[in-house]
Amino acid sequence: MGWLEGFGKEENVITTTLEQAVNWARESSMWPMTFGLACCAIEMMATGASRFDMDRFGAGAFRATPRQADLMIVAGTVNFKMASRVRRLYNQMPDPKFVIAMGACTCGGGPYYKYGYNVVKGVDLVVPVDVYVPGCPPRPEALLEGLMRIQDKVRAMKDLTRGQPLEVPIPCRTGYTMLPDELSTHEKANAFVKKTKEQATPAKA
Amino acid sequence: MKAAEIIPILEEKFGDRIRGKNLEAIDPFVVVAPSDLLEVARFLRDDSRLRFDILNCISGVDYLEPDPKKAPKAGFEPHMEVVYHLQSFTHRHRFVLKVILPRWKDDKPGELPEVPSVTSLWRAADWHEREVYDLSGVWFTGHPNLTRILLSEDWVGHPLRKDYEFPLEYHGIRGR
Repeated sequence: MGWLEGFGKEENVITTTLEQAVNWARESSMWPMTFGLACCAIEMMATGASRFDMDRFGAGAFRATPRQADLMIVAGTVNFKMASRVRRLYNQMPDPKFVIAMGACTCGGGPYYKYGYNVVKGVDLVVPVDVYVPGCPPRPEALLEGLMRIQDKVRAMKDLTRGQPLEVPIPCRTGYTMLPDELSTHEKANAFVKKTKEQATPAKA
Repeated sequence: MKAAEIIPILEEKFGDRIRGKNLEAIDPFVVVAPSDLLEVARFLRDDSRLRFDILNCISGVDYLEPDPKKAPKAGFEPHMEVVYHLQSFTHRHRFVLKVILPRWKDDKPGELPEVPSVTSLWRAADWHEREVYDLSGVWFTGHPNLTRILLSEDWVGHPLRKDYEFPLEYHGIRGR
């Protein structure tokens, strides 16, 4: 059974499973927390503004309190002084909660990896991260892509039938982005990686 | 007024207590001992010819070559400097004052070198001195509230010192 049947038909009866309906409602109203730490926050604001319009995906309602938010977009450098605050904000969010690590600094320290004495080398050392969005800072499209991956995770949740923790296929590609032909299947992708590695090895003279 | 005119005024007033001068630098400066700093700074601020009524910046500089192989060629002995950038709104001129310190007080590692605070002369010095204390590790005696300004209060060490070692972990978070 598809997830919506009979939609738009004359009988006006929709059948779906409860789980799919709940997941649909949940993914269509991801409310992020108003929470920016550095320059990535500017890009996050641009994503929420009219040109890119995060509200198209139901995630435009930035909440000013963690108690009303489902999604934490960690936008910017996390330093040690901030880490305890980030963790506390995460703990204050109600379940189910999701975290996007936005930008190079939150993915793994970024430009501060070697000489940043007070920068946390990746926010995944502080809170569990669902989706990493690399870039310095990422384009709004990249953040939207990250948001769609979060929605994929929500769609795969089975907390009514199987309960938490959610089981998520990683990486979960749903056809929203088109992969190039050489990466479209696992076999092709493996062959491609092997070929590029061989090309990169210097020939011994 | 140019620095070439400011330095003779200072030398006339303080004589030998001006420990060094440099006119060729982009920002010409004089060097004074920590014990003379308050007196010289007060003169620079209050004298009608100079009238340095704003303190732009205080910097702490650590002169140390951590690599023992390069140390003989470094061209300096290990020491600390505190640099004061002064400016006058009245006369529209600027000047630099330097204080040279040992890296550790009495050469005991861990004992911070001491400089008198100039917060009594320029209120802007308050946060600048806290920052220099926080990152470079210089103790400003007479400062009203000398606590860390950027790093958290329980931080160990002063990160902009050349021999600083990065923390392995901080409150359970891996540091490097």
